[in-house]
Amino acid sequence: MWTTPARLHAKGIIGMNRRNIRYIGRYNNRRLYPLVDDKLKTKLLAQEYGITTPALIGTVTTQFGVKHILAMLVGHQGFVIKPAKGSGGKGILVIERIDGDRYVKPSGAQLTLGDVERHVSNILSGLYSLGGSPDVALIEALINFDESFSEYTYEGVPDIRVIVFKGYPVMAMMRLSTAASDGKANLHQGAVGVGIDIASGTAIRGVQFDRRRHDHPDTGHELASLRISDWATLLRLAAGCFEMTGLGYLGTDMVLDRDHGPMLLELNARPGLAIQMANGEGLRSRLDLIERQPEGVAPEERVVFSQHHFARSSELLETA
Amino acid sequence: MSRLPFYLIVAFLLVAGVALSIHRHVQFEVPWTPGEQRQVWEIEAQVNFTADGGSAKVNMALPSSQQGYRILTEHTASPGYGLAFLEENGGRRAEWSTREATGDQQLYYSVQALVAPESKSPEIEPPPLRRDIVWETPYDTAASQVIERAWSRSSDPYTFARELITDFTEERQGENARLLLTQFDRTPLLVRLLNQAGVPAREVSGLLLDHGRRRQSLTPWIQVFDEQEWALFDPRTGTRGRPDNLLLWESAGQAVLEVQGGSDSRVGFSMLSRNQPAAAAVRSQLADDTLLNFSIHSLPLEDQALFQTILLIPIGALMVVILRVLVGIKTSGTFMPVLIALAFIQTTLVTGLVGFLLVVAVGLVIRNYLSYLNLLLVARVTAVIITVIAIISVFSVLSYRFGLNAGLTITFFPMIILSWTIERMSILWEEEGPKQVLIQGGGSLITAVLAYLAMNNPWVRHITFNFLGVQLILMALILLLGNYTGYRLLELRRFKPVTED
Ligand SMILES: Nc1ncnc2c1ncn2[C@@H]1O[C@H](COP(=O)(O)OP(=O)(O)O)[C@@H](O)[C@H]1O
Ligand SMILES: [Mg+2]
Repeated sequence: MWTTPARLHAKGIIGMNRRNIRYIGRYNNRRLYPLVDDKLKTKLLAQEYGITTPALIGTVTTQFGVKHILAMLVGHQGFVIKPAKGSGGKGILVIERIDGDRYVKPSGAQLTLGDVERHVSNILSGLYSLGGSPDVALIEALINFDESFSEYTYEGVPDIRVIVFKGYPVMAMMRLSTAASDGKANLHQGAVGVGIDIASGTAIRGVQFDRRRHDHPDTGHELASLRISDWATLLRLAAGCFEMTGLGYLGTDMVLDRDHGPMLLELNARPGLAIQMANGEGLRSRLDLIERQPEGVAPEERVVFSQHHFARSSELLETA
Repeated sequence: MSRLPFYLIVAFLLVAGVALSIHRHVQFEVPWTPGEQRQVWEIEAQVNFTADGGSAKVNMALPSSQQGYRILTEHTASPGYGLAFLEENGGRRAEWSTREATGDQQLYYSVQALVAPESKSPEIEPPPLRRDIVWETPYDTAASQVIERAWSRSSDPYTFARELITDFTEERQGENARLLLTQFDRTPLLVRLLNQAGVPAREVSGLLLDHGRRRQSLTPWIQVFDEQEWALFDPRTGTRGRPDNLLLWESAGQAVLEVQGGSDSRVGFSMLSRNQPAAAAVRSQLADDTLLNFSIHSLPLEDQALFQTILLIPIGALMVVILRVLVGIKTSGTFMPVLIALAFIQTTLVTGLVGFLLVVAVGLVIRNYLSYLNLLLVARVTAVIITVIAIISVFSVLSYRFGLNAGLTITFFPMIILSWTIERMSILWEEEGPKQVLIQGGGSLITAVLAYLAMNNPWVRHITFNFLGVQLILMALILLLGNYTGYRLLELRRFKPVTED
């Protein structure tokens, strides 16, 4: 049931307190938080820095504007509505396709235009944002995830979390939504976390509800063969987010789009610690190594450095 | 960045806090534990009036040592006024005077009364009987009939007084009593009737002591004499005897407050009870005004009562910090548990818990319905607030009807906080399911209960109220906790699987 602090320390596991004080507190300037806490700002900034993100269809800023959603959606098949200041998947409405006057969610559930408008109105009034402050609704194009992942996910888009420390990608994991997680890629809701080798982009280890897993619970597909294409590009994009935001300890959420390749979905200035569970390894030794590196290294070199130093072999192959 | 300044600050806070506390312990003999103590009431009278512009004179009755209470010390604050203490007709009075006063005037008088069960009332002479009482018709017949009725059913002055007063209570009011009450005030009327029947009696004024009360007023009582003995009667019920918490403020049958050269005069009382060693209580006044007496006891009483609660808040907050940083409990709203714990102090724990769960549960059901109405957030939360108020009112009335007076304390819950809790829980329920609601709601409740237990501990109350230095120590502790980078207790469980292979 319980382990000891000494054991966790030996594994290099970082706890919440250490993350907050030692890394977030020290490397993330509070002034810069709005850049990542506001998805609209992140998106505009990313465009400036040449980092691809899902296309922005439009924004709704006033209750009055809610009535104009329909006009905005003309010509779009699937779309996603999200609160600019939301987090943890709150208030995200994914519409896979529009079927006449019906809006179809990935689960097959159908919504009317009224439902969609109400959702946007709720976002504006701050239902999903921190402290209930008024918010802006973002409408962006649906990501068509790469076919190679369809065996690994249930309904939702699998995303790849890369922790970027001082611009170096230090650890990565892929989050696969499951029936248990209701199609959301949130680990505590039951999504599968797959540790990804920084060197090669292949799966190392899988966990669901903190227990080890070797296959996807819904599709039954084994995880060992999971491999992320275009891995180096993805790491390069993630590493570039350091220059873009100035935040030293950053969680970047990337997705692979079928047509546009790796994209930045969102950034997080307080990334969670579950990635250590998915990788079966603590962050500490990697972070210590990066702390000893000089400043001012170009993103490409940082990616190469990380790929060289953080290579791991899969635990899945041995056991599968 | 060097951590040295940080540790210096922490060390300074610790040393200063400990030093201040020890100073207070040694200098003022405030004990470390609340045990072996005497209860002291601090009572403050605040006289307000509007001055006419010319000279003004204020004359107010003062309490003396009496059965159950010993007067220790008294203070006045009345800038610009001359002050004299007088003995008049067996009563003590304070007289303030000034040449010129305009506008709102405030005079303060505060007194410390030691609860002393062994203290006896001084011998007092019965007041002379007033023989010159004249009644106009038709009151004369009513009066004599009332007296006759009570007389026939009594055997001595005390039973007569009891019968007479009960004839004037709501349930037993006869025609005559009602007629008399249209013309006269109850208490003076009763005294007059007693006198007419040859029973010496007078109206006195007393203060019902209740910890932390503010802006109270005096209540009238009737002192009835039988030879050299006397007894106190409640003019509202006819009950004989002095309640233990009654301090007679004016017992000479005079007016409590007389103001010349002003209008709109009134006097309000605030009171606090404090435990301290009887010896220290007597001596504490000596060094009262030195700069080092960093004690809230030098503040006006009104503010002290507030402070007692305020000084407990850091304890509750410390509990929250410990539970979040060292244990890793999740709560809904960082300091919401402290506010709930404060409410628990007023309601007592079990009533508070039951009340809280009832309100939140019913609130969740109604909020669930509200979500179908498709309202804007502010409007919806407002609707929840009104719902919460309605729930609380219904519960109060119901519990009163069923004779559960404890249920009434439910009104102490901070309603806005409750409403936000319901709103958050409801969203949490919709999005993450009932399990998260249980985890976070349960976490908040556990935190609130632990914060309550800490804040309601008699020793903690004693220490925080009597030693301000403790606040500095708390500050140092919280700073240290804010610097803790080790694992949280619950993380030892969470990360266990990683250490398994
Ligand atoms: N454009 C999109 N297309 C498809 N799915 C999306 C899109 N944007 C978000 N999602 C889904 O919603 C989830 C949460 O979105 P994200 O932008 O990370 O918001 P949050 O800050 O709430 O986590 C993603 O993991 C993904 O499954
Ligand atoms: Mg996300």
